[in-house]
Amino acid sequence: MRSAKQPNMNSPLSQANPSRLRRISTALHNRPGLFLLLLLSLPMGWMLIVYIGSLIGLLIQSFFYLDGFTGQVVKEFSLRTYQGLFTESHMEIFGRTVAMAAAVTVGAAALAFPLAYYIVRYAHARLKALMYLLVLLPLWSSYIIRVYSWKLILAKEGIVSWFLAQLGLTPLLDWVLRLPVIGGPSLSISSLGLFFVFLYIWLPYMILPIMSALERVPKSLADASGDLGGRPFHTFRYVTFPLAFPGVVAGSIFTFSLTLGDYIIPSVIGDSSPFIGMTVYSYQGTSGNIPMAAAFTVLPIAVMAVYLVTARKLGAFDAL
Amino acid sequence: MHYKNNHRPKTPKGLLLSAIGVLLFLHLPFAIVMLYAFTTDETTFTFPPPGLTTKWFGVAMGRPDLWAALGLSLKVASIATVFALLLGTLAAAAVSRSKFFGRESISFLLVLPIALPGIVTGIALRSMMGLVNIPFSFWTIVIGHATFCVVVVYNNAIARFRRMGDSQIAASMDLGADGFQTFRYIVLPNLLTALVAGGMLAFALSFDEVIVTTFTAGQQSTLPIWIFSQLTRPRDRPVTNVVAFLVVTITAVPILLAHHLSQRDNL
Repeated sequence: MRSAKQPNMNSPLSQANPSRLRRISTALHNRPGLFLLLLLSLPMGWMLIVYIGSLIGLLIQSFFYLDGFTGQVVKEFSLRTYQGLFTESHMEIFGRTVAMAAAVTVGAAALAFPLAYYIVRYAHARLKALMYLLVLLPLWSSYIIRVYSWKLILAKEGIVSWFLAQLGLTPLLDWVLRLPVIGGPSLSISSLGLFFVFLYIWLPYMILPIMSALERVPKSLADASGDLGGRPFHTFRYVTFPLAFPGVVAGSIFTFSLTLGDYIIPSVIGDSSPFIGMTVYSYQGTSGNIPMAAAFTVLPIAVMAVYLVTARKLGAFDAL
Repeated sequence: MHYKNNHRPKTPKGLLLSAIGVLLFLHLPFAIVMLYAFTTDETTFTFPPPGLTTKWFGVAMGRPDLWAALGLSLKVASIATVFALLLGTLAAAAVSRSKFFGRESISFLLVLPIALPGIVTGIALRSMMGLVNIPFSFWTIVIGHATFCVVVVYNNAIARFRRMGDSQIAASMDLGADGFQTFRYIVLPNLLTALVAGGMLAFALSFDEVIVTTFTAGQQSTLPIWIFSQLTRPRDRPVTNVVAFLVVTITAVPILLAHHLSQRDNL
């Protein structure tokens, strides 16, 4: 089944009694191009029609507009929806979401790197396998339950408040919650709490690419740095970290994009100030304004496009 | 600090502690979910629980809305997995067996539904269904799920195809087997564990997907949507706790199994 370069390998036996299946198989074997096309037609047809088609449809609908009087979508080309997109309140939502995505990305990198570094450089084979599994498990387990667990944890009467009270740190918590922007009536109704939940949910997506980037940093380079008199910190700072940085960028694609597009977490945790996802959801749902929802989605797509181009320059795709 | 190559350096204390800390951060929430399934507290999330009981499991069992949501989720996940297995394997077979123009873009296209923010996929499918007037149904959910599950199967299958090489396939053809026999007796057995692992991950992915589903389900309620509605408007806290407990324990099985399968074959 290799390619057309090989001669027809059918044995005389099979040619003596060629069944229909066999004739089809031989025909396909002799036309690798056709065979490839047949293999690809179903998955590519599906992805192009269902997915790319939908994305194009989305783009088209963003040029329709909602008639304010009738509440009906008017299906003719217009830039009216985009004019309504760049309002102050929309830009605030946009800014809030991007700021949260950036904060989560930085936080995730800070937590992920030490763990990945330990697993790759110090853990022995068995421990390494176990820890790898411990990173994978949360990644694959139920997203909605993981969000729910933080509803329990951050509740006013929940474990965090209890734990801080045991340490006599309740005044500290109260002080933090009184801070503008990040504070709120309780952790579960504050931006700080929201940040922790985002961080928790998307953290594994940062750990895995960093691990694979670290695996690819040759040990000999770190050894050479040590032999040349570099202290461990300097070796890390000037050799290992720069070489593993594409892994951080690769991870940040996920943490950034996933935070940008999430609307479940900010509607469950936090002070219900709107994020991009929630706004899109409510435009398409309650107000039936699909053109505006579509136009709003173009923003995160544009942000991610810029992000991906930059990430590519930083070599992140090699670390994926 | 100089050390010989075959000696591992001593672990810095701080690094070890932060590694343990991060792992605890990732896993303690599961312990909390497990604990709360047994709390006697009905109206708040008080910690420590005032008392422990198993009665909520019985209450949860008697809830028809819960069973209906679970049934729908299982049905959707099964069918979406079948679609994903078919499409993912075909794409992997095509990409791995020959080099052709646009090969790279196929992987890119398949990964797009999970690389783009979830609402993009959701609203795109939703708006398309609106545009061509497809009413919400079981199948609209399946279409959405299958679309983002393909990549999981594809990734597993293509890794296996690469390791398989084509010497076995060439040998089989040299010995007179036709394409179908080669597929049946050589390709499929080699591919099987990768497909099982990919299928289970696709199933797990579909089973707890909520963002895309809220756009494609209309009024239907899958299990994650049921839980989500409880999160925004809590009515049955104890029952939700039990559901959370059950989902955590049940989904761990396919994940561990899939992991075990892919580990074993990579040795």
